[in-house]
Amino acid sequence: MTDQEQSQSAVQDVAIQAIALTRQFGEVTAVDHIHLQVGHGTIFGLLGPNGAGKSTTIKILTTLLDPTSGAARVAGFDVAKNPREVRRRIGYVPQMLSADGSLTGRENLMLSAKLYGMARADRKERVAEALNFMGISEAGDRLAKTYSGGMIRRLEVAQAMLHRPAVLFLDEPTIGLDPVARWAVWERLRELNERFGMTVLITTHDMDEADSLCSELAILHRGKVSATGKPSELKAALGPEATLDDVFAHFSGGSIHEGGDYRDTRRTRSTASRLG
Amino acid sequence: MTPAAPAVRPAAWDNSSSVLDFFKQSAAIAEVELKKLIRDPTELLSRAVQPTLWLVIFGQVFSRVRGIPTGNVTYLAFMTPGILAQSVLFAAIFYGIAVIWERDLGIVQKLLVSPAERSALVVGKAISAGFRGAIQAGIIYLLALVLRIGVRWNPISIAGVLCGVVLGSAIFSTFSLIIACIVKSRERFMGIGQVLTMPLFFASNAIYPLALMPRWLQVVALFNPLTYLVDALRGMMIQGGQNVHGLPVDFSVMGVIFLILASIAAKLYPTLAH
Repeated sequence: MTDQEQSQSAVQDVAIQAIALTRQFGEVTAVDHIHLQVGHGTIFGLLGPNGAGKSTTIKILTTLLDPTSGAARVAGFDVAKNPREVRRRIGYVPQMLSADGSLTGRENLMLSAKLYGMARADRKERVAEALNFMGISEAGDRLAKTYSGGMIRRLEVAQAMLHRPAVLFLDEPTIGLDPVARWAVWERLRELNERFGMTVLITTHDMDEADSLCSELAILHRGKVSATGKPSELKAALGPEATLDDVFAHFSGGSIHEGGDYRDTRRTRSTASRLG
Repeated sequence: MTPAAPAVRPAAWDNSSSVLDFFKQSAAIAEVELKKLIRDPTELLSRAVQPTLWLVIFGQVFSRVRGIPTGNVTYLAFMTPGILAQSVLFAAIFYGIAVIWERDLGIVQKLLVSPAERSALVVGKAISAGFRGAIQAGIIYLLALVLRIGVRWNPISIAGVLCGVVLGSAIFSTFSLIIACIVKSRERFMGIGQVLTMPLFFASNAIYPLALMPRWLQVVALFNPLTYLVDALRGMMIQGGQNVHGLPVDFSVMGVIFLILASIAAKLYPTLAH
């Protein structure tokens, strides 16, 4: 451990920390002075309607996008100053279809193994392990374009967890999946979290998902965090009968189905139809 | 399933970056592209049509004109390296479309979240474009055999031609990648790609010598990478072929252009994920 790392040990017990994180696109402020703190081993849900800033936040945290101002640390490193170190310690499943359909499941994973610098001796075994863990061993040598939507998602999670990241990011992980496939993905994420202590951050606008999977939530509304807490706390604060839908409506100033521009809608629908 | 080590500090994190990693990562990207190419070779076959038309129809007719000074080689032999360079250009210039497709899917985002060098991702793509170029060269050699064009069949010439073709493919595919990073949509890309290819082709020495061009076009041609590719190929591929700039100049110019384009592309590639 270097001196630099040691001096940062105070924040080492936090997997993700965002301080006044801001991102502007021209005149539009997509993410507006967000503060977030996600402890190690948490399954954290970032909730919000389309256009609330979830995807922008996840892109900044995964080093795909630089913040305009503010800072974020992931797995002990600053995303803007040390993106490479952050990348080594995170896995990411984009909302869109990130598995390559013209490669087999195994080839998809082998590519990742090489890009993450995994030793040649370990690759085969680790890839087989990951396929097995996600329950797609049988289909490992088939082209990914022959997979069902649920299998593709599981392949993508396998690809993201292959190098055993400390933090796993998933952007709308179960969008467009049928209930059975959705349940299978949740179950695997819980297992990754419990068995390997992996911190998981998902974005979702599905209240069932938030309620049953996440131990902590933050609700985003127009680029700002409008509420944070455990699902039970958020519900209790609104009243004894409150559901998470009520919480969501209360803190995001409307229903789940509002918002989102043409581009968001097109993207969501095309993702859903590809995975369906 | 074996219980794996805890998520904290597995071995894969301790690798520091090095030149070796850069080559490994580039090779991993190129290998994947090659696999896809072998699995679906329809595109390669369709790419054989255009050079065939140029050599069999255009070439045969223009061979009778005899108004174009081609030194001591036939016009058909003169234009053969030009047509090879053209098919390299056409095969590589639409490379950006595939990248935009990968972006719309989310594959680019996945690659960019990995710790791989950005330049390795770009160079890996360029190498895979080189495979396509090499296959174009194979098609042209086959046509030359059928049309009895006087190409040099010795291994050193062929190896030299392949080097030129790979470098040319790398240049035009990386150029294409840069355009893709700027326009970010397939529709706009198609428009720009169409607009670019013909001027690059005509403002080069592919089907007529530089000496025949008006002065202004000669100046334009000097800034066109295709000119250097054609010049290099003409010197190496054809029996009695004349090389105007000299091979060292041709290859140095192409090498420098590639390095410049690759470093621009490595800067722009991450913006595809925005």
